[in-house]
Amino acid sequence: MTLSVRGLVKNYGGVAAVAGVDFDLGPGEILALIGPNGAGKSTCFNMLMGQIRPDRGSVKLFGRELVGLPPRAIWRQGVGRTFQITATFGSMTVAENVQMALISHHRRLRALLPYAGRLHREAALALLELVGMADQAVRPCSVLAYGDLKRVELAVALANEPKLLLMDEPTAGMAPRERIALMQLTADIVRARHISVLFTEHDMDVVFAHASRVMVLNRGRLVAEGSPRAVREDKNVQEIYLGTGAVYDLARAKGEATAGGEA
Amino acid sequence: MDFVVIQSLNGLATASTLFLVASGLSIIFGVTRVVNFAHGSFYMLGAYIAYTLVSRLGGSVAGFWGSIALAAAAVASLGAAMETTLLRRVYKAPELLQLLATFGVVLIVQDLVLVIWGPSDLLGPRAPGLAGAVNILGQPFPQYALFLILFGPLVYAGLWLLFHRTRWGTLVRAATQDREMVAALGVNQAWLFTSVFTLGAALAGMGGALQLPLVAVNHTMDLQSIVEAFVVVVIGGFGSVTGALLAAVIIGELNAFGIVIFPDLTLVLTFVAMAIILVVRPWGLLGKPEAAVRGGAGSIELPMRPLAPRLRLFALGVGLVLLALPLVLGNYGLSVASEVLIFALFAVSLHFIMGTGGMISFGHAAYFGLGAYGAALLMKYLMFPMLGGILFAPVVAGLGALVFGWFCVRLSGVYLAMLTLAFAQITYAIVFQWYGFTGGDNGLIGIWPAAWASSATAYYYLCLALCGGAALLLRRIAFAPFGYTLRACRDSGLRADAIGIDLATHRWLGFALGGAFAGIAGALYAFLKGSVFPDTISISTSIDGLVMVLLGGIQTLVGPIVGAATYKTLHVTMSSYTNQWQAVLGVIIIVLVIAFPEGIMGRFARTAEARTARAGDAAP
Ligand SMILES: Nc1ncnc2c1ncn2[C@@H]1O[C@H](COP(=O)(O)OP(=O)(O)OP(=O)(O)O)[C@@H](O)[C@H]1O
Ligand SMILES: [Mg+2]
Repeated sequence: MTLSVRGLVKNYGGVAAVAGVDFDLGPGEILALIGPNGAGKSTCFNMLMGQIRPDRGSVKLFGRELVGLPPRAIWRQGVGRTFQITATFGSMTVAENVQMALISHHRRLRALLPYAGRLHREAALALLELVGMADQAVRPCSVLAYGDLKRVELAVALANEPKLLLMDEPTAGMAPRERIALMQLTADIVRARHISVLFTEHDMDVVFAHASRVMVLNRGRLVAEGSPRAVREDKNVQEIYLGTGAVYDLARAKGEATAGGEA
Repeated sequence: MDFVVIQSLNGLATASTLFLVASGLSIIFGVTRVVNFAHGSFYMLGAYIAYTLVSRLGGSVAGFWGSIALAAAAVASLGAAMETTLLRRVYKAPELLQLLATFGVVLIVQDLVLVIWGPSDLLGPRAPGLAGAVNILGQPFPQYALFLILFGPLVYAGLWLLFHRTRWGTLVRAATQDREMVAALGVNQAWLFTSVFTLGAALAGMGGALQLPLVAVNHTMDLQSIVEAFVVVVIGGFGSVTGALLAAVIIGELNAFGIVIFPDLTLVLTFVAMAIILVVRPWGLLGKPEAAVRGGAGSIELPMRPLAPRLRLFALGVGLVLLALPLVLGNYGLSVASEVLIFALFAVSLHFIMGTGGMISFGHAAYFGLGAYGAALLMKYLMFPMLGGILFAPVVAGLGALVFGWFCVRLSGVYLAMLTLAFAQITYAIVFQWYGFTGGDNGLIGIWPAAWASSATAYYYLCLALCGGAALLLRRIAFAPFGYTLRACRDSGLRADAIGIDLATHRWLGFALGGAFAGIAGALYAFLKGSVFPDTISISTSIDGLVMVLLGGIQTLVGPIVGAATYKTLHVTMSSYTNQWQAVLGVIIIVLVIAFPEGIMGRFARTAEARTARAGDAAP
């Protein structure tokens, strides 16, 4: 197993954000974690990569325990991630953002004399090419459109040749067509490189088109798991999504006629 | 036992004054997010104005207490004036520049006070009706101190009622917690800010006025009280009045007992307490995590680019002019020029920490001073030659920065800044009080350069070579992976951590490196002056560096050099034209902050960037 998660728990002041989550993620698998707002998805992601320390539970990468390690150590073991709210270096160009990750990967962070802007330039441009950002390589990250920032984050996350990619809402802020395209791109990349992916997404079209497996989180608990088709037809899941904006997508994904009126 | 009681009462009396000043500072920060350096000036003005009023109105009960109240009211209206005319224009500017603007006010008030009240200390009357002593456990205890002990909590209660029982107070509390929300509620923000600032100024003015029976009114009260108030606010937590009360009591008591147990170390004791509390509780006792204060906040920094060809030529031209300076300048001019070079390196090294590293330092003078004293002491005790001293100075300063930095880099924003200040003050206190080793305030003299460098021209060239070389090296490092790593930590700690960067370690190393370079500047300064005095480590040296960096613009690497040259040149030229150069400097700083909120070079960089962006868009 690439990733094995057991009994993951996180409480905030007595309220359980994540209340005991178990799952496995195999090599090359693309696993979607879906659920309504506040279900605990981001909290899960943050516990997997060490941004938040779980109250209980274990996270194993290829059998090695990750809980207790800081994010930087987990990254060195081959985990890359993107954030729900993008985190990039605003005072650097797009290429430099990727170069920074490459410099770290090659352990040159403390070099005092070489020009950072020239290190691993080619590799950075290749990664940007991959995510369709090569033409914006010299623009400052601070002026990019949100969707483009998400692409930069993807390139950054791929820089250390990860075995596992965690993507928290990789297509938020994009137009529907762009979403499908980006997720297709991601799927192609990770299949070619045998990277396992865990991602969250509110757009059910994206989820059902690309996930090999889907897990549904509600109030901190996994309530359903299975193939996209099985999850889509699960009554429980439909109930959870009832009344949220996502029901629209769900219905559309099922190919049924929808009553309009959603905001 | 009696002694303990009396001393703790003394401590409480001190605490009351500390609380008055600190609570105002804290409230102002909470609502406006402005760290008001001029708060100490309000305090000092309160004391001076009260002195004048008492001498006019007489020392009767009505005259004395009326004077105190009127002084507080006068300072309050000065505060209101400052808020409406100055601060309103800079609320949108980066927080550090607001700080700079309030520091301009400090300079102006300092000169005003000298002009109006003269340089000598003024002794006020005793408080009528409270001039005697009461008997506590068989010991006489001043009635006035007893009054202060009661007055502090009374003010606290008043503030509490104001904040919890009035609509205005509710708004203030809401604004302290969430500024946007108040704006969304449609509250007249301008009015809220003005009234809060006025209240804060009134508290400071009253605190100053109440000192009349206790101490001679003098013109060092401002910086002294602002540092104390900062310490109290930082320990209590910015924005928390209760925290300020708690911290005031802690510091008051620490002083009262410290002065008995370690009479020479009271200053150190205060700052050690602050350092410990900040390490354990990084946001003070009752404070909340604050979004990091950064020079660039509000305006995002641009990517660094190598100098454009035209600027390269310009830099070359400047270099040539600097090489040719000895042809036109006399000895005095050259020693001024050497000093400018030294401070340019000082500013560049501070910028490395503040700009590249994103760690605001209010105490960079510590490393300048460690370099200066390091070289001087090595020469004095171990007979080091000049160059040996200059070589070891960065080692001494760097080691100091390693030790202090270890604590500092764990914090961020204003708290980090205050901790750097604390360490600078500790260094200052040790140097000042360790007569046997450092000569205390007599300083170390006879620190002359080697024979070959003793002429003004030779020393100038030495400074040019070392400062220029060091500044270029730091620039190179800023463009190197290490510099980028520091900027990565500054831009997004979250992302940096998620790509394998150890934030604390790199920030720590960056802090130490900046400190080491300041040490070179310090050593050169010692040999330039032929002596070292504790004031190389004083707050005003730290602030000079801060002003230079911010004046030039924190967002560019050239900024600190331009800032240092501008500031030092203004300083030197103006002090030969007018006695009130400080005030002129203050006005200039304020005008520059309003005109160039991004610093001088920041403005140029942005214009240049816009031009290249336009050119780039136009290209096919
Ligand atoms: N630092 C925190 N303190 C207190 N509560 C928190 C904190 N972080 C998250 N929560 C709570 O934990 C729950 C899960 O939040 P989380 O961000 O993981 O949800 P999510 O599934 O990612 O939602 P979204 O789809 O909106 O991103 C929410 O109820 C949230 O309010
Ligand atoms: Mg989320």
